[in-house]
Amino acid sequence: MDKQKSVQELDEVVVRFSGDSGDGMQLTGTLFADASALFGNDVSTFPDYPSEIRAPQGTVGGVSGFQVHFGNRKVNTPGDYCDVLVAMNPAALKANAKWVKKGGIIIVDVDQFNEKGYQRAGYKTFDAETELNLQDYKLIFAPITSLTKESLKDSGLDNKSIVRSKNMFALGMVYYLFERNMNFTERFFEKKFAKKPEIVEANKKVLHDGYNYAANIQAIANKYEVKQAETLPKGRYRNISGNTATAWGLIAAAEKAGLPLFCGSYPITPATEILIELAKRKDLGVKTLQAEDEIAGICTAIGASFAGNFAVTTTSGPGLSLKSEALGLAVMTELPLVVVDVQRGGPSTGLPTKTEQSDLMQALWGRNGEAPMVVIAASTPSNCFDYAFMAGKIAMEHMTPVMLLTDGYIANGSEPWKIPSMKDYPEIKPPIVPEGTKDYMPYARDAERLARGWALPGKKDIEHRLGGLEKDFLKGTVSHDPINHQKMVDIRAEKVKRVQEYIPEQEVFGDKEGELLVVGWGGTYGHLYDAVNEMRKAGKSVSLCHFNYINPLPKNTGEIFSKFKKIVVCELNLGQFANYLRMNFPEYKYMQYNKVQGLPFTVVELVDKFNQILEGK
Amino acid sequence: MEEQYTNYTPQDFKSDQEVRWCPGCGDHAILNAVIKALPEVSKELKYDMERYVFVSGIGCSSRFPYYVNTFGFHGIHGRAAAIATGVKVANPTLSVWQVSGDGDALAIGGNHFIHAVRRNIDINILLFNNQIYGLTKGQYSPTSPLGAITKTSPYGTVEHPFRPGELVIGAQGKFFARSLDVDVKLTKEILVEAAKHDGTSVVEILQNCVIFNDGAYSHITDRENREDRVIVLRHGEKMIFGKNRDKGLVLSGLSLKVVKIGEGGFTMDDILVHDAYNPNPGIHMMLANMQYPDYPVALGVIRNVKDSTYDDNVRDQVLEVMKNSKIKCVDDLLNSGDTWEL
Repeated sequence: MDKQKSVQELDEVVVRFSGDSGDGMQLTGTLFADASALFGNDVSTFPDYPSEIRAPQGTVGGVSGFQVHFGNRKVNTPGDYCDVLVAMNPAALKANAKWVKKGGIIIVDVDQFNEKGYQRAGYKTFDAETELNLQDYKLIFAPITSLTKESLKDSGLDNKSIVRSKNMFALGMVYYLFERNMNFTERFFEKKFAKKPEIVEANKKVLHDGYNYAANIQAIANKYEVKQAETLPKGRYRNISGNTATAWGLIAAAEKAGLPLFCGSYPITPATEILIELAKRKDLGVKTLQAEDEIAGICTAIGASFAGNFAVTTTSGPGLSLKSEALGLAVMTELPLVVVDVQRGGPSTGLPTKTEQSDLMQALWGRNGEAPMVVIAASTPSNCFDYAFMAGKIAMEHMTPVMLLTDGYIANGSEPWKIPSMKDYPEIKPPIVPEGTKDYMPYARDAERLARGWALPGKKDIEHRLGGLEKDFLKGTVSHDPINHQKMVDIRAEKVKRVQEYIPEQEVFGDKEGELLVVGWGGTYGHLYDAVNEMRKAGKSVSLCHFNYINPLPKNTGEIFSKFKKIVVCELNLGQFANYLRMNFPEYKYMQYNKVQGLPFTVVELVDKFNQILEGK
Repeated sequence: MEEQYTNYTPQDFKSDQEVRWCPGCGDHAILNAVIKALPEVSKELKYDMERYVFVSGIGCSSRFPYYVNTFGFHGIHGRAAAIATGVKVANPTLSVWQVSGDGDALAIGGNHFIHAVRRNIDINILLFNNQIYGLTKGQYSPTSPLGAITKTSPYGTVEHPFRPGELVIGAQGKFFARSLDVDVKLTKEILVEAAKHDGTSVVEILQNCVIFNDGAYSHITDRENREDRVIVLRHGEKMIFGKNRDKGLVLSGLSLKVVKIGEGGFTMDDILVHDAYNPNPGIHMMLANMQYPDYPVALGVIRNVKDSTYDDNVRDQVLEVMKNSKIKCVDDLLNSGDTWEL
């Protein structure tokens, strides 16, 4: 055994695990990310998988990937290109080779590179290295399947279960490469398969055999070390995905308001995890109703809101389309409601497992009539917690539905999160009408927020009727009076606009004036930040203005725009936010950078684009 | 909770809003029955009036909440059951009443209707069935008979209608009753039973639309023929009907059969006794499906079976999990699971 290999120190590394959609790549990647986070690295992950549960085996369309970016400093994206690629079959290699940095390490399961494997993946030859131009990479052909079989031949497991463990062999190899401690992963096996000790033992054995195999072969010249992140603030951390953070932020808002949380929802990718997470939290009094459809999801939530719960509904693009009519009802009845839309590729069913930002127009205007609604967008996996909390606060204190936009990228992606303390979050004080209030008028409003009172059924003397028909300005009874309608339309718009007084001013990263202002919103934050940061380090006059509050926009928005010579709006759609800004601030000129491929931006392409703009191209 | 409750009169439940249904509409009689039933429900169940919530969808019947002096919610087309479900789960102490027409509940809201029934959530659904779309002015509905000529079926419908009772029992419904708009006394009696039933109660009320489907039920509601063409079922009583109380229902093979007592060897002993509490839906389904002229149309509480309810199950599960969990607040949650110190 050669223990004299050199150890190379790196600041950050990107590892991508890829294989068939049944190969367990999401789990493999998650375990590696968790082990890195526990070690003390900052981590950002990006799952990229097909929408079929088991896509045709061995084909490029069926490749499932999970990318992990970890570093000894703050990591904002899962990384553009990877240093290490694990490809469990020829299709995975074909789909991902272009994402490996020149000189990077590619570990493949050579057992799968047989005639059948090549053909299924659509190769022209039986020589992947030449066909994919991989001469400049460190290719490690490891017989992962056969070694896994050998490793477990005495385990008593059936052949299928044995072969299924090969992802842990690959993981063991990667653990060797980065000298990762395997204790955490072993604990995971013990918990996950508590009732099947033979599986626990098998997984542990395969993991160690993979580690030892990597140590023994001469192919791996270097080990790599990425030190603990020292720039991260001290404290207690956990890993969190955007969907979990969203669910927990909603629970936190309910706790601060002193009301039970009710979620009426229908499963849809990629939003389902929020419902799953909330369903677990009956210990905090959370009620989840898995409705018969999207419409029932939001309508049960509206009913629950009327009855005095903090009500939410969760969905993704096509589901939001179905909820449109009920959204109008929530606007008309002026009840608190949070609608979470985890955006995915569209239109229609589109790309269910891929990310996009193309629901913005729908969120802002996808309703009949003048039906304004507060729209907020989260921008990182962990800040989904804060914006879900704020969505709840605004909904309850201003008596309005609030749309919270996230997207597949931040919803499924995860990062270490310094665990906050609830004492640092603001109180939430909904305008609940006291029992016994005399001459209660359902649509009388407070002067500042223009919020009407929330009168809960079951309380004396405040009986009233709500509904979708236009309301009398004060009494809330049905009114078809033309002037009354105008007044109501105006005040509903004004009520949403007043939220501006209760949200923070927009911040700018970088100088407050200069050549180029990069504008973005939502889940593109990490990539835009890294791109702008890189350019600023190179001395370029670039700043970033990234929005979380969309409707209303922060008060100082126009002022920020006025200080830059050029503005470029970057989004994963054809320019929805750019057009929204043109509508609100027509006095400025907006360039656009748009990408609609079901993928996040890469930092490289952004930097290229910004340089072109600065050079006047 | 030993609370004082008020002795209400029907007048207490009338709202100050002008009732805008057409003169002669069956809805007036139903409103009248509801207004009379609520004081009785309040007395029997010790409910204060602020405990009632009326929820509706869209349609003539769905204006109902405006006319009752309680909490009310006029929703959107077809979604009353979903809204009512949310109200009840959010606050299970409320007495929740859904008012829907046949189009609202069974066409656009068909999905929500069957799922509310399946879940057995404790709401009372009043299904006004006039076999026509009234508010949109005379198109056929999912209960219009095959061949019905309406504005959208000028040559007659080519659709088979739903039978609400069959749908309810098919969706594992535990309470189904039927009444006539004109029979305020029977409707009131049924509504009180429905309110007392713990679970989804569906009360189908055959209702006349004086403008677009006048006389749809006159063959069974005419005073002259009513007693021979309808049968009022009461738990524990023989299934007897007719002006002279001389007709009854017996089981013949696997079907129901109408017989004349004293004829064909049938005596009073052969006549079936109504058992609304029987969990087996077999006879209830047959009774709910009886149609004139082969059978009398069944009125009264046809099925009334105890079972666990959705809202109770939700509440009990939450309490159970809360009791056993170490996580008591959000701070506990955030710090649970795999965490590490930096």
